[in-house]
Amino acid sequence: MKHTLSILVNNHPGVMSHVSGLFTRRGYNIDSIAVGVTDNPEISSMTIVLNGDDFVVGQVKNQLLKLPDVLRVQDMAYASSVQRELVLVSFSINEKNRSEALTICNGFDVKILEMTEDSLLIEFSGNSRQVTNIITVLKPFGIREISRTGQIAIAYRNQNAT
Amino acid sequence: MTSTTEAITGGRLMVELLEEAGVEIVFGYPGGAILPFYDELYHSKKIKHILVRHEQGAIHMAEGYARSTGKLGVCIATSGPGATNLITGLTDAKMDSVPILAITGQVATDAIGTDAFQEADIFGITIPITKYNALIKKADDLARHFEEAIKIAMGGRPGPVLLDFPKDVQLEKTTVRKAPSLKIAPHHYERPKVKGDPQEFADGLNQAKRPLLYVGGGAINSFASAEIKALAEKANAPVTTTLMGLGAFPGTHPLSVGMLGMHGTAYANKAVLECDYILNLGARFDDRVAKYQDFAPNAVRAHVDIDAAEFNKRINVDYILHGDLKDAIREILPFVKGGDRTEWIQRIQTLKQNHPLEYDNSGESIKPQDFLHRVYTKTKGEAIVSTDVGQHQMWAAQYYLFDKPNTWLTSGGLGTMGYGLPAAIGAKFGNPDKTVICVTGDGSFQMCIQELATIAQSKLGVKILLFNNNFLGMVRQWQELFYEERFSESQWTYNPNFVKLAESYDIPAMRIEKKSEIDKGVEFFLKDNGSALIEVMIPAEEKVFPMIPAGKSQQDLIEFKDLGKLKK
Ligand SMILES: Cc1ncc(C[n+]2csc(CCOP(=O)(O)OP(=O)(O)O)c2C)c(N)n1
Repeated sequence: MKHTLSILVNNHPGVMSHVSGLFTRRGYNIDSIAVGVTDNPEISSMTIVLNGDDFVVGQVKNQLLKLPDVLRVQDMAYASSVQRELVLVSFSINEKNRSEALTICNGFDVKILEMTEDSLLIEFSGNSRQVTNIITVLKPFGIREISRTGQIAIAYRNQNAT
Repeated sequence: MTSTTEAITGGRLMVELLEEAGVEIVFGYPGGAILPFYDELYHSKKIKHILVRHEQGAIHMAEGYARSTGKLGVCIATSGPGATNLITGLTDAKMDSVPILAITGQVATDAIGTDAFQEADIFGITIPITKYNALIKKADDLARHFEEAIKIAMGGRPGPVLLDFPKDVQLEKTTVRKAPSLKIAPHHYERPKVKGDPQEFADGLNQAKRPLLYVGGGAINSFASAEIKALAEKANAPVTTTLMGLGAFPGTHPLSVGMLGMHGTAYANKAVLECDYILNLGARFDDRVAKYQDFAPNAVRAHVDIDAAEFNKRINVDYILHGDLKDAIREILPFVKGGDRTEWIQRIQTLKQNHPLEYDNSGESIKPQDFLHRVYTKTKGEAIVSTDVGQHQMWAAQYYLFDKPNTWLTSGGLGTMGYGLPAAIGAKFGNPDKTVICVTGDGSFQMCIQELATIAQSKLGVKILLFNNNFLGMVRQWQELFYEERFSESQWTYNPNFVKLAESYDIPAMRIEKKSEIDKGVEFFLKDNGSALIEVMIPAEEKVFPMIPAGKSQQDLIEFKDLGKLKK
């Protein structure tokens, strides 16, 4: 099962290695990791997506909390949090399929950053499933380059809402 | 941070911080990148520096010192190869929760990351094997890092910390300083409140018919021996300890069932199978003790630990108390009632009678068990004993009964050959009036044998009991039992003359080979407070029993008397 951990850490060199080291130690692959500083320059927020059962993720969480630089660990349930990922895709187009490509982009709420004679560079953000979907849809055009940020997440304030 | 007017160098400040924290002894080895610090240390009147022969020796000495005194152990190394020689010891200290401060020299900050001479990214290398580490980038940051480091090393579940100290930062001047608020004295750190319900905990114990206390190394770190004894006696509950917990409860106490686990006593392991309530006090359900989820299959399980990450890590439990063990037991005690446990105590007695520790002492050769028992008797159980790793380690755990905490020094978690000799040296520095014995094997001894020089140089009275079977005995035992006697690379075809070797370091030495020489040997070995080495030749076939084969659980215990069965 996929888990999304939202972690607050001190913004020091080495903290990232400490955190990712805990995953290495147990032999887990991190699906994605996204890090950025918060409104407080001393504190960074990390979002880590990994695959593992509840027991495993519980253990990782316990170990993370032991690190002096880890301030908070939250296991984000999908339903009660917003999860977003940004992707940049450059793909090929030609005269024949250009309008088809543009229709798709409109339908998906995609931002076009650059259009040349034979290529489109687009930006899209959504949850990881939506990001994967758009990549799948664009694949037949011929993808030249992709860059994904990895997922970030924040819990809804109102946890009772459905 | 407070500031004084006078600016001092980082190196000077480090020395002053160590002094103010109460550090009296450090173990180390100099080199270019740590020279400014050593130059300041030269002037210190409060800190004694022990020059070792290998940095691995330095950190194991610090471990032996820490484990036997309860204080922080401090070791020093230069950058690069000096620092990487600490790796095994840092890992060892992490596994066994030993409070260690390692200070390593580093190349100057402007050279960091350039593959400079003797540069190693020791900060990066030691991330997974320290509880905390830091690269000190400015002398102004030193006081803060130092304070943080000892707080973390000594506090909570203790462990090793490392401060990487670039050469230019050792020379840089600073006015930012502050005396460490923590002293390195035992149990000085702040302890968070115990979390959980001690009454519920005690109720489980009160209701149990066959309770068992299972005591681990945490009991030593928390100085909880008196509390454990009070708890056991009040509840009338038998006590078993892990390898790391030996001495936390008197091995000679009527309620003691000795050590449990892979080479624990048969009665302790059987008591685990039969108990209906198992109370884990600062142990970690290590895989050499609790192989599977069906550990203590008939028991309600309760666990006290200072490290919350240990709860339900390997074995699920029914009750949890999170906090320092000493504090937690003090909270449990008032709720404990003394039930009538005559039947259970009787049952334990029967198990002890029917399944004693056994070996065959009928031949002419010297049996290590016998020899260790004599050493135990002669020292009245009052020595501090360190060991290396292998059969001799398990025999020592079985046949030297530990009554007091901080007297048993062994590498439990990592199983580090080479630990024994330096650990004994560190312990002797911390306890000059006690008899300190290093029990070792011919394999392990050669891993840090160069520290004999450290003994000689300090005229230190460390006793070395070397069991020579001309084999890596424990490896041989496994090969004999599980690899059809294919002794692949476990026999020494060359061993030095250990007696001459010791003598070349001015350490009196003697070899014995026959039973008739035992008394003479024990006498020679323990006659005064000086150093001595006794080499005891033992049969290569001698094995450690009981034994739970690797990957098996308590049910599969093999005793000495089952040996025939095993070999079919
Ligand atoms: C550094 C290290 N290398 C290898 C091992 C694996 N090992 C465990 S016990 C053992 C044999 C120890 O032999 P010796 O010190 O002679 O003791 P004995 O078992 O004969 O008493 C070995 C090689 C280890 N524990 N540590």
